[in-house]
Amino acid sequence: MKKFTTTLAALLIMGSASSFADSHKVKVGMITTLSGGGSGLGIDVRDGFMLAVKGNKNISVITKDDQRKPDIAVQLADKMIQSDKVDVLTGIIWSNLAMAVVPATVNQGKFYLSPNAGPSKLAGKGCHKNYFNVAWQNDNLHEAAGGYANSAGFKNSFILAPNYPAGKDALTGYKRYFKGSLAGEIYTKLGQKDYAAEIAQIRASGADSVFFFLPGGMGIGFMKQFSQSGIKLPVVGPAFSFDQGILKAVGDAALGVKNTSQWSKDIDNKANKKFVKDFQSEYGRLPSLYASQGYDTGKLLISAMSKAKVKDKDKFRDALRKADFSSTRGKFSFDKNHHPIQDIYVREVIKEGKILTNKIISVGLKNHSNAYVSECKM
Amino acid sequence: MTSILFFEQLLNGIQFGTMLFLMSAGLTLIFGVMGLINLAHGSFYMIGAFSAALIASLTGSFWLALLASLSGAAIAGVLIEIIIIRRLYRRDHLDQVLATFALILLLSEGVRWCFGAFPLYLDIPEILNGTLPILDDIIYSKYRLFIIFMGLLIAAGLYILISKTRLGVRIRAGQNDRQMISALGIDISKLYTIVFALGASLAGLAGAMIGAIQSVEVGMGEPILILAFVVIVIGGIGSIKGALIGSILVGVTDTIGRIFLPELLKIFMEPASATSVGSSIGSMLIYILMALILIIKPSGLFGKT
Repeated sequence: MKKFTTTLAALLIMGSASSFADSHKVKVGMITTLSGGGSGLGIDVRDGFMLAVKGNKNISVITKDDQRKPDIAVQLADKMIQSDKVDVLTGIIWSNLAMAVVPATVNQGKFYLSPNAGPSKLAGKGCHKNYFNVAWQNDNLHEAAGGYANSAGFKNSFILAPNYPAGKDALTGYKRYFKGSLAGEIYTKLGQKDYAAEIAQIRASGADSVFFFLPGGMGIGFMKQFSQSGIKLPVVGPAFSFDQGILKAVGDAALGVKNTSQWSKDIDNKANKKFVKDFQSEYGRLPSLYASQGYDTGKLLISAMSKAKVKDKDKFRDALRKADFSSTRGKFSFDKNHHPIQDIYVREVIKEGKILTNKIISVGLKNHSNAYVSECKM
Repeated sequence: MTSILFFEQLLNGIQFGTMLFLMSAGLTLIFGVMGLINLAHGSFYMIGAFSAALIASLTGSFWLALLASLSGAAIAGVLIEIIIIRRLYRRDHLDQVLATFALILLLSEGVRWCFGAFPLYLDIPEILNGTLPILDDIIYSKYRLFIIFMGLLIAAGLYILISKTRLGVRIRAGQNDRQMISALGIDISKLYTIVFALGASLAGLAGAMIGAIQSVEVGMGEPILILAFVVIVIGGIGSIKGALIGSILVGVTDTIGRIFLPELLKIFMEPASATSVGSSIGSMLIYILMALILIIKPSGLFGKT
């Protein structure tokens, strides 16, 4: 009998020990774009995130490709929540996909940490206690571009962006800070690659500057065609068309262009230096801002896990909200609607040896939050 | 809206159209001769662009890169025809659609394995950089004029090939009666391989020429493929002349509509909503055009009734 009780006790201890270990584990579902157009962005976010959590035995990650299609992203999220039982979701690049996945995810009590998309709806009226954006609210970089346009003395801008939620946020953001007038405003088709017609309009419009938000391959086409058109207007845009992944494809057409970003590889702090060095030695290429966002998302998750168990939702949420990790961007904190307060820099495209890259030339907006905080009732 | 802007947009439309022609000519030939619906045609566009980018980065020559795009896509076309496509001619269209759709996925992932997911660099040659003044006030990109020129050159070349050469006679005979020409002792499977490779190489050339001003990346062919199908439906399936007229029609309608519709709507709407409504209708315009043409001529402009 005595033997039996000790065995039982031992079993109980073992059981509780293993459940103790389990409760410290976090299962992450990463849904991101890994194939087709725009896959460079998803791959950078994934690689950044995996670098941050590398060697951490308490985190397991399931990665799935959304093919940049909202319906597929929704299916993947359902499967991850219902059959894989993930605790945290992350990874989505595109705002239209985020709008399809995030509300249902957070309403089922899961956490969603956005490494990229930050549509205005999820920052304002549609904000949620379980939704955290580690990158930016969509308008942010464009607001900084508008601010930069003022200081550069632009009076009459021609602005264009694709016709989808983030495109609308982009032009809204630019207009919010830009004090001059608009020579023209165009929404282009998402995924459009040829901008001959738009460039002809720019030429005829009498603008003194051009602002554009065309992420991924769209921006490559625009920049090349714009420089070939012989129009000599200054161009300003967010970092998305000048990030490390696509600068090589744009080529010298990008040299000298001013762009705005919350991150740059030359931000001078310890975390960033380590990140840039580790990323290069792990993957053999320079990191982009997307990679830095994925990395910060991973570090944020680890910081919260060291403070609370993921099953204890309220404590875990508080731990996330503290953002107690050393960000590659330096100073980083969350505003009340769980979107970052951070500096936004103005960068210039330069050549380092033979490689095109970016250099910070000034701070565009200091400790910048977003315009939707007051709309968020949380 | 000035007449200069209108003329420039017209040129843009024609340039877009000639590029679509390179895609749709191959598609319509393959359908006309072999009766094959080839969804993987866009993949040859991508293969052409990647071959060009590879050769351009190795040699630095744009002209060698163009040659590479033609031959790269043609080689891929021959291999794929012999290994896979050949087995599909006797199957019904649903099987062909399924198999060639699978090919899209295989080829896209294959290219991503070889070249990575990041866009490649391919630039236009120095001699075609910049603009050229045509007429008084109109300045136009030299490279886009080059694309128009190449498109028309190839259209003329195809016309001569189809109507004046022995191969052309066989192709036309194949379109009319497949059983008969094989009964006459013509090696039908060789003819099919040649036609398929010809179509693939034209798509590859289009990919390289467009890749130089847009971006060379995985999945670049599929948006163009949809437009190419619209073109051959409008032009009449199997007709090269139909493909040429259809391409120019689609190119011009799309470009002009996208730009001038928002301007037109601004006359009686507020600017912001005119912009968004106008650009939405603008992107539907070619499909509306297709529907209208199909109502009047159900088999397309030059299709066999």
